[in-house]
Amino acid sequence: MRGITKRFPGVVANDGVDFAAATGEVHALLGENGAGKSTLSNILTGLYRPDEGEILVYCRPVEFSAPRDALDAGICMVHQHFRLVERFTVAENVVLGDHRREGRTFRLRYRTIERRVAELGERYGLAVDPRARVWQLSVGEQQRVEILKALYLDARILILDEPTAVLTPQEAQVLFETLREMAADGRTVIFISHKLHEVKAVADRVTVLRGGHAVATVSAAEATPRSLAVLMVGHGLGEGAPPKARAPGEVVLGLEDVSAAGDRGGAAVRGVSLAVRAGEIVALAGVAGNGQRELAETVAGMRAPTGGVVRVAGKTPRPGDPRAAIRAGVAYVPEDRLGTGLAPSVSIASNLALKSYREAPASSGPLLRLRRIRERAVELIQRYRIAAPGPAAPVRLLSGGNLQKVVLAREFSGQPKVLVAASPTRGLDVGAIESVHSYLHEAAAAGVGVLLISEDLDEILTLADRIAVMYEGEVVGETARADASVEEIGLLMAGGNDPRRD
Amino acid sequence: MNHSLAVVVIASGVAYGTPLLYAALGELLTERSGVLNLGVEGMMLIGAVMGFWTVQRVHAGSGAILVVAIGVAALAGALTAAIHAFLVITLRASQIVSGLALTIFAGAAGLSSYLGNDFNLGDNPARHQFHAVFPASVQRWPIVGPIVFGQNVLVYVSWACVVAVWLYLTRTRPGLNVRAVGDSPAAADAMGIDVAAYRYAHTLVGGAFAGVAGATFTLAITPQWVDGITGGAGWIAIALVIFAFWRPELCLVGAYFFGALQALSPELQARGIHIGPTELWANSLPYLMTIVVLVLVSASSTRRWLGAPAALGLPYVREER
Repeated sequence: MRGITKRFPGVVANDGVDFAAATGEVHALLGENGAGKSTLSNILTGLYRPDEGEILVYCRPVEFSAPRDALDAGICMVHQHFRLVERFTVAENVVLGDHRREGRTFRLRYRTIERRVAELGERYGLAVDPRARVWQLSVGEQQRVEILKALYLDARILILDEPTAVLTPQEAQVLFETLREMAADGRTVIFISHKLHEVKAVADRVTVLRGGHAVATVSAAEATPRSLAVLMVGHGLGEGAPPKARAPGEVVLGLEDVSAAGDRGGAAVRGVSLAVRAGEIVALAGVAGNGQRELAETVAGMRAPTGGVVRVAGKTPRPGDPRAAIRAGVAYVPEDRLGTGLAPSVSIASNLALKSYREAPASSGPLLRLRRIRERAVELIQRYRIAAPGPAAPVRLLSGGNLQKVVLAREFSGQPKVLVAASPTRGLDVGAIESVHSYLHEAAAAGVGVLLISEDLDEILTLADRIAVMYEGEVVGETARADASVEEIGLLMAGGNDPRRD
Repeated sequence: MNHSLAVVVIASGVAYGTPLLYAALGELLTERSGVLNLGVEGMMLIGAVMGFWTVQRVHAGSGAILVVAIGVAALAGALTAAIHAFLVITLRASQIVSGLALTIFAGAAGLSSYLGNDFNLGDNPARHQFHAVFPASVQRWPIVGPIVFGQNVLVYVSWACVVAVWLYLTRTRPGLNVRAVGDSPAAADAMGIDVAAYRYAHTLVGGAFAGVAGATFTLAITPQWVDGITGGAGWIAIALVIFAFWRPELCLVGAYFFGALQALSPELQARGIHIGPTELWANSLPYLMTIVVLVLVSASSTRRWLGAPAALGLPYVREER
């Protein structure tokens, strides 16, 4: 690809990108979220058309006006969100859109198709039952179907968009072997990722994208995770500077024997007592699904507790009333950014005003003061360095990291006393994680009591002053960070301390 | 035996159910591509009036003219559906609003009545109509005579259509593609399937089926033109698709069930049997069930369980991120 440029309203997603991958290699495309990786691959698969530049496949210039053209040129993509028809069988999904082999004919001969799918699966270690329905398969198996689809179409160039995001480490190892085998067959594998160690593990060469530019192409064997990180972020990463010692103030969030029901009934939170003081970060560790989300929602007033009391800065806001919680000073960064945290099709400015529009200066009487809201948005976009086309753009156009910045900007600007952050860095790239962490530090330094819910032990150990571990709805252990060890917390998270197990 | 209540009701149930079956098959194809068209009633009435107009105004042999009339009705239905297709596929308007508007525009007291009045169609009975195909001796056979052999050619063609639609959806490449378009347009698009083209084609074919369904009224069941002759059959057809879990073979069963319900009331009256306010329950039952079904289906959880096309009613936009 030569000099590829693609502009979206207000954003240049790719700016003169040159990129070349050779036959028989695994070539990694490394970059932060929003660096232009997805746009580049969407251009390569014919989903978007480049504004400038040309694409050469096997030295021949091609022009893709539709995904079919790219398929015909032998380019296949495994998207991060699978493009599978859930109600179809594996064989039906594989043959979909094929117009060369068994699917060429008007009539479909499923037995032939199923046999071929099984053969391919065996050869590349991608075993799946061709007759199984896709919705019955695990995520790892669904990914295998996506790869089988490409192999079935005899793709010469396979693009995988963050394929390991949905896999366990063991599954990822198996995937890497399959990819190497495919490269050994003379195919080209383009591997998109923002995880440094994976890129090192699987790729032959790495092209690093930053801010829509291709900054370098290096050999994976010679690169170190550190050198790649510098290329990717553009500067050295902070070594998780040890947080300044903070003097915790009075208790701003007090949970007393709080219980709450889950979405499907049954107790999700069982008698949790916890205190968060002003100016400290308390981490709630635990494997997802052990009641952390329900607890966070209870604090935010989105879920009425079935027992116990939630106190915010000494007061007891009406339980199950989000507005009461907000007024008492609770800020909430939900796990589900785009669903619970933001209104996707609404402008950035309006999203930023969602919690403050009732008071001056955002409104006067029953009327909204739109110019004020807009000015405020411009100011926050600058202060939080949100990469956005402008305050009027709908938030759904933003990348993951920028979405989170919008949520954080809104929540911090309400001058909260308590901040509940549920998995605030999930799915974000290194740079965005770093800025989220620094915002949390800032908040604590400003005297906010932060309750951080996370599964990531590294994150917890770099951020938290105190650590509480949740397992099956209960707090099973609580330590100061100084006394915490990864092993102990890991054990608690896995229920290793559960007396019922003995 | 052939005059027993059960045989008579089933035989006329098949006749009354035929327009429902045509309309439901058409709507099924449309919905399988992810387009909900609530304009079935309107498209049926346009088909009914144009089919009737053809037999009244065109002069040719009876057989030829009926074939032409069905063709005209199908074309008229497809053209009406094209309005919906353009609005919801190209302009991405709300499918519910557009479908309702189509029925209001084309339906009773709309374009179809205007055409009926303008052509003066209401004055005369049909000059040609579909008759039973088999000789009277065969029709006298016990039970199967009236039910199976006492029908007109439109009934037999509808059976062929059920088989054809079923084979099309389950055994052919375009059938696979249209199911993908209705369930996951993003996946279909990524595999190089033209989502808009498939949706247009199936919306138009659905309209053609609805047109034929309308002509079944004016050329076979009650061979005349009356304003609003379909009497809400289009709505029943929409509910029928849901009842049938979007499967053509079940559409057949459901169509004849509703057809038999409609046949029951006059037949009971003719025999002097009165069970409560018969008219009330027998005439309103199909509509009541339609409402119940539509309420059920509007809950997203039941939709998945029923097997509704996952992208039904949703416009597809590619560059959306």
